[in-house]
Amino acid sequence: MSTNQQTGTFDPGESSSTNDRGLQSSRSYDANYSVVGARPGLPSSSAKRLAKGLGWFSVGLGLAELLAPRAIANISGVSNKHTGLIRLYGLRELASGIAIFSQKKPTEAVWARVAGDALDLVSLGVACTAPEAKRGRITFATANVAAVTVLDVICAMQLSNGNHGIHASASCVVNRPLEEVYNFWRDFQNLPRFMRHLESVENIGEGRSRWKAKGPAGIDVEWEAMIVADVPGEVITWRSLENSDVDNAGAVRFEQAPGGRGTIVKVNFEYQPIAGVLGATVARLFGEEPNQQLDDDLRRFKQVLEVGEVVVSDATLLGTGYMAQRPARPAASSELEGAEMLPSETATNYRSEERRAERGTMEL
Amino acid sequence: MKANCWYGKTTVQVEDVPDPQILNQRDAIVKISSTAICGSDLHLYNGFIPTMQRGDILGHEFMGEVVEVGREVRNLKIGDRVVVPFPIACGKCFFCKEQMFSLCENSNPNAWMAEKMFGHAASGIFGYSHLTGGFAGGQAEYARVPFADVGPIKVPDHLTDEQVLFLSDIFPTGYMGAEMCDIKPGDTIAIWGCGPVGQFSIRSAFLLGAERVIAIDEVPERLKMAEDGGAETINYREESVYEKLMDMTGGRGPDACIDDVGMEAHAPAMVEIYDRVKQAMMLETDRPHALREAIMCCRNGGVISIIGVYGGLIDKFPIGSLMQRSLTIRTGQAHVQRYMRPLLQRIENGEIDPSFVVTHTMSLDDAPHAYDIFKKKEDNCIKVVLKPDWNGNGLVH
Repeated sequence: MSTNQQTGTFDPGESSSTNDRGLQSSRSYDANYSVVGARPGLPSSSAKRLAKGLGWFSVGLGLAELLAPRAIANISGVSNKHTGLIRLYGLRELASGIAIFSQKKPTEAVWARVAGDALDLVSLGVACTAPEAKRGRITFATANVAAVTVLDVICAMQLSNGNHGIHASASCVVNRPLEEVYNFWRDFQNLPRFMRHLESVENIGEGRSRWKAKGPAGIDVEWEAMIVADVPGEVITWRSLENSDVDNAGAVRFEQAPGGRGTIVKVNFEYQPIAGVLGATVARLFGEEPNQQLDDDLRRFKQVLEVGEVVVSDATLLGTGYMAQRPARPAASSELEGAEMLPSETATNYRSEERRAERGTMEL
Repeated sequence: MKANCWYGKTTVQVEDVPDPQILNQRDAIVKISSTAICGSDLHLYNGFIPTMQRGDILGHEFMGEVVEVGREVRNLKIGDRVVVPFPIACGKCFFCKEQMFSLCENSNPNAWMAEKMFGHAASGIFGYSHLTGGFAGGQAEYARVPFADVGPIKVPDHLTDEQVLFLSDIFPTGYMGAEMCDIKPGDTIAIWGCGPVGQFSIRSAFLLGAERVIAIDEVPERLKMAEDGGAETINYREESVYEKLMDMTGGRGPDACIDDVGMEAHAPAMVEIYDRVKQAMMLETDRPHALREAIMCCRNGGVISIIGVYGGLIDKFPIGSLMQRSLTIRTGQAHVQRYMRPLLQRIENGEIDPSFVVTHTMSLDDAPHAYDIFKKKEDNCIKVVLKPDWNGNGLVH
């Protein structure tokens, strides 16, 4: 079993996703889910909401600058002689506002706002040196522009990060018939049995499901997902709906292994990390490498299908990661009571006290 | 329960730990009657295997009585006397179906560690570092045995522990080392290393029809035991192995060579110093002297069977000799489950009595002392059996 970069592309989602107009319009997510690098990625919905807010701000400020440049000059404490320049800046604001609303993913438009902010700040600085300048008001205006600049930069960075959503891929061979392997995955409620970070998946009808997971540092995250494409025995793709804590999309393909040697399962998964790329980097430092996680999940998937449950050792009772290793010796029951990451079956089975008492051989 | 735990280089201690419990449905709990120290445990003891953690319970050769079984274990019942194979194998994956049990795909929950080191992971192993799964070992009063419906084999009461215990590892391992040589009638087999596995390779080579077995070591009592098994011997401290082997085979070389030594080979002074320096500087992890020599000595078109344990990287590997002379390398951790039944049959038939290899029987409490004398080859120590309830005076010969 190994992680690897897929080199093929496929287009599982086109036909069914066209039925999904409402969702399509609000996302940059392309139904032609390309497995390679999964561009253009999934900007987080919070960044897109912020971008929209900034768009309205642009339009409002732009109109004000265009229609009432004297009032603007007065408020910001700059000389009335510059109304022409203020109108020009108003046009710029309007243009970037329109750009934000006209693009599916307004990364460039928001970055243009950042450039505009820089221009505003420089202009205010220059205005400050003029003899008529009201320095108190200019300082106030500068603080406001600076605050908006911070928002613009955050938004632009988040949108840009959307181009680099975390992508993971892994594959394995399961020594079971293709139909059984497909059916097991197709019932999303089975996924928490082998995906370490998933708490539960609940079907809510019409191909939709509600997912609960543990994010980094134990944060609870939730999202709803829908099936984008489902070709029995071949492929299942899904993606999260709007307002998800974690925007994500995934595809799993099933192939008959040659010579009747079971089923090859290939998974591609992409998500916007909570706390952005920085969060993902921190998580990596703690051994939460996305490809590794997916690889381990698939290993457990194979275990569940081939041997009936997730296999645990003394060292991996609390997880297989480097940080989770305990010494290779039996754990006391008390040590495991608080453990959240035990496979459910193990947790329920981890109560052989009674049977041990029956056997009465422990007082040695 | 009491268990022998690893606490760093050449440090083990017997301490109280929690009793094992059923964790998976196909587990059994075995109350251990006898457990042995393996030569490969010395690689752990000497600190050459990475991913050990302080407090890990050692031991992968053990047997005892079934005292608890998981819901899915239907072939064993409480009270059965079983020998447990050292590789943990699920019986369901591709490799298990192919009888390559030590390559089981499902029994190593830490497979990712092994993948990083080896490219792919092999099976889980009891008490043998975290990269083989992090399973508690069998140098203890009890052990949890995963996939108890696949691994453990029931043994008849009329055979003693010492006669069947080594079905857990060294007998099948030595046997597989010989089997990989594809022995044909008339063959001469050279065996590097007369430790316990080497001793079983010697006897297995004869069982498989070898005409001559030539065993190589330096320790007098081990060479003596090899001779007792029918082998001719070479003491590499006293004579050139290559020259002697060529002399004994008319210059052609042995038909197959078995490396029963592995990663911590000793060698004539200059070569050993070279490898020790490189090993100490982390420029190679294993000292492959025996393997290099086996390759150079083997006849054209012969087989090199590597059954001694290697864990990492080696240096000055004579690939040219290997390629130019059509040699075949065969290797692997023993697929013990494949051999247990046929070898138990051979024991029952009286073809071999594995208890010959035991030189010391001690209490589990004496494990630290046992490791010490086994490592230093003191007191003619070749094989130690530890018993949790041993009441003897420590040493018996």
